[in-house]
Amino acid sequence: MSEDIYVLGIETSCDETAASVVKNGIEIISNVVASQIESHKRFGGVVPEIASRHHVEQITLVIEEALKEADMVPAQLSAVAVTEGPGLVGALLIGVNAAKAFAFAHQLPIVGVHHIAGHIYANRLAQEMQFPLLALVISGGHTELVYMNEHGHFDVIGETRDDAAGEAYDKVARTLNLPYPGGPHIDRLAHESNKPVDFPRVWLEEGSYDFSFSGLKSSVLNYMHNAAQRGDQVEPADVAAGFQNSVVEVVTAKTLRAAEQYKVKQVIAAGGVAANKGLRASLEKAFAEKGTPFFIPPLSLCTDNAAMIAAAGTIMYEKGIRGNMAMNGRPGMEMDSWI
Amino acid sequence: MIYLGIDTSNSPLAIALAKEDTIIIEETTNLKINHSLTAMPAVEEMMKKAKIAPANLTHIAVAQGPGSYTGVRIGLTIAKTLAWSLKIPLHMVSSLKVLAANGQNFDGIICPLMDARRGTAFMAAYQGETLDSVIADQHSEVKDFILRLKELGRPVLFVGIDVEIHKEVIHEILGEQASFAAPQNRLPRASNLIMLAKQSEEQNVHHAVPEYRRITEAEANYNKAQGGEKS
Ligand SMILES: [Zn+2]
Repeated sequence: MSEDIYVLGIETSCDETAASVVKNGIEIISNVVASQIESHKRFGGVVPEIASRHHVEQITLVIEEALKEADMVPAQLSAVAVTEGPGLVGALLIGVNAAKAFAFAHQLPIVGVHHIAGHIYANRLAQEMQFPLLALVISGGHTELVYMNEHGHFDVIGETRDDAAGEAYDKVARTLNLPYPGGPHIDRLAHESNKPVDFPRVWLEEGSYDFSFSGLKSSVLNYMHNAAQRGDQVEPADVAAGFQNSVVEVVTAKTLRAAEQYKVKQVIAAGGVAANKGLRASLEKAFAEKGTPFFIPPLSLCTDNAAMIAAAGTIMYEKGIRGNMAMNGRPGMEMDSWI
Repeated sequence: MIYLGIDTSNSPLAIALAKEDTIIIEETTNLKINHSLTAMPAVEEMMKKAKIAPANLTHIAVAQGPGSYTGVRIGLTIAKTLAWSLKIPLHMVSSLKVLAANGQNFDGIICPLMDARRGTAFMAAYQGETLDSVIADQHSEVKDFILRLKELGRPVLFVGIDVEIHKEVIHEILGEQASFAAPQNRLPRASNLIMLAKQSEEQNVHHAVPEYRRITEAEANYNKAQGGEKS
């Protein structure tokens, strides 16, 4: 039996400052997240400059807390893993430079992790991964279907061509005058409707696994606009339910079809929108009928966190991948395989 | 005592190592290269050359801003993480004061300047060998600030690479009253930063944040919409 691997993860790609220690890529020893939601609320969304300012204020506190919670000293760590991209450039480089300085101070190896790989590996903290595998990554920044035939191999088979699903949720929530972040409010409202509005489903070309949500978003805006012009009363719950039904139906169908075509042994979902009750129920039902194992990590691992970065970073570390002091935040980082 | 000094607050990158009162090595790079990419490799390289291990450091000095938002954040993040990781004191010095130190022997007012676009700049006025503050660090319309300097009725030395951008308006208002640092004295030097840091108080590492001297555009717009205080 080889020695245990302890990786410190650091994540600052958007509006959460997070640090975590993970053992052997599967066990969370500590997981600290400082959320900035309150501070961005008044602007109705994440303001990049403000996000960067908060990261600088929080970063050492959060890392210290993660080590304290883990009851560990830096010398016990095997490596530092940090989100290298994609994300907000000014936010990413706080985590990257803190990680580099920390790794340099303690002469530890450093690995740069792709944020989406992190989301996928969040599952490994709850349930061992079975390959081949299909991952649905759905959040405020991403909507992607990723096929993996082994650890560290990523094949993006579908992605959004415009808005991310979570982005569409936020925009629709804003037109319904729901507070930021709007996703959970739409999800809640949708369950109160018994007459959902019928919005279009966007399937794109035959056989495509890509997504598009901006047309759906426009349909919702048009519907609201027309109703206002006619002086009709709009029932927000019916709009929320109609919008959510369209998203859920398309996402479920495409994920199901991809899982069949690629003959995967396991389907996992990740990202903040994966916590959506409507989507979760639909995916669970569809895969239960097919008999394909389907998992979603607990909510705290669906949203941005550093444990997922440490989990993914552990595999990279084991595969011998190393970053160096010239690592930089890469806002448009592509999802390349590690092998 | 071994000090590491880092200044990334404007486009130049300035780093230095000092043992007691001896500057061991100092480096200023005036290339417009992303500090996020180059600062840590430069520090690593310099310390290797000086045969100083991270654990040998006893103090970290950093230029706190004002300057480029991203630039000061990179320097601060590196400095506070190093200081916290190594459990050693962190010292912060105004980026403008670091620049002003280049004119320490000037008999008159020293005005460091970093351009902040749209006719504005981060500016200050210092004087004397001890660099006493005459006008505090601030974000100002360049013209307004120069008019204030004129009122002081003393010779003014302008320091900083961005001085060129505003040379015309400086000449126009101050005429003979203005002079400009020689090219070799326009770049920030981390040796100056370290010497100034030695006279400064130790900072609480966790609470150490950049001195931006300007609120964000989003906050300014929000305040305006609220009819509240202006920037
Ligand atoms: Zn994310």
